[in-house]
Amino acid sequence: MIKIFLLSLFFYVSCSWAVIETYAFKTPEQQAQYNRLIDELRCPKCQNQNLSGSNAPIAQDLRFQVYRLINQDKPENEIIDFLVARYGDFVRYNPPINTHTFVLWGIPAVLFFIGLLVVFRIKRGVQEKASSLTTEEATRLDEILKVTR
Amino acid sequence: MQNNEINKAKPKRSWALFIPLLAFFVLCGVFASVLMSKDYSPDSLPSALIGKHLPDFALSDLLTEKSLSKKDLLGEPVLVNVWATWCPSCRVEHEFLNHLASEGVKIIGVNYKDDPSDAIEWLKDLGNPYKYVIKDQDGSLGFDLGVVGAPETYFINAQGVICYKHIGILNTQNWEGHLKSIYNSLTLEACVK
Repeated sequence: MIKIFLLSLFFYVSCSWAVIETYAFKTPEQQAQYNRLIDELRCPKCQNQNLSGSNAPIAQDLRFQVYRLINQDKPENEIIDFLVARYGDFVRYNPPINTHTFVLWGIPAVLFFIGLLVVFRIKRGVQEKASSLTTEEATRLDEILKVTR
Repeated sequence: MQNNEINKAKPKRSWALFIPLLAFFVLCGVFASVLMSKDYSPDSLPSALIGKHLPDFALSDLLTEKSLSKKDLLGEPVLVNVWATWCPSCRVEHEFLNHLASEGVKIIGVNYKDDPSDAIEWLKDLGNPYKYVIKDQDGSLGFDLGVVGAPETYFINAQGVICYKHIGILNTQNWEGHLKSIYNSLTLEACVK
């Protein structure tokens, strides 16, 4: 009896309580678009979660809005603009370059150039040192090298 | 001779070695001052609607069922307070709203995604600080306002422009701190930054 019970546990499937609504779309492309959008859009309440990963009421509402707009055959950029108009660029995990975000996008490039500068300066310093021998010193060096050879 | 050169180079460079440490302390200072400032809240986002007009809406009054639209809000500075009975902080805030209303501050409620009978009960029990309450049962006005959660309070001037958004409860501290002066500035033509 206990064996059967234990065996039956193997077939037990735990169902998740975090229900994410399922919406019916006209085409599989729209379904794919929906999935892509809720992955890219961010939940305004629960920071660092996207719409698909959050069960906050506000995320549910926004998912519904995305579904509604896709069902109206709205183009993707219009759907994103619609949400950005209300919640700001914050709702995008892929924010556009503008006056508020140029620091965000610019810093990697700036740091890269600072890095390049540092590397070049170090390199030049090494070269200068290497070539800083006077002719007198150079001949002496040659002599030393000859001796050791 | 070679040793001398190295010795000469050393003191010249030693101060430069402290630059990273210095930068580290400066960053520590910047982060600490932001984290410890009173207004810091990791949850609050800058509203996308600051400086923009109120969105249009066609909803009804919670108590009288009279239809309400954006026009009803125009003409004088108002606070639009988004609340719901499911929101514990709204209960905390309510007493202060009653106090503000008694001082003559015009507050309009938006009952956000709530059960209307619960909301009416709430106003009976706790007092009604609102000039009127817009019934936003499906959250459509809330969505157009960019509401993230309740309570939120929008500062709106006579032309219907949203000048400021406060996320979280209103209390004596933040009202006397900076919100009162924002409210008083709503009488001006343009929003004060």
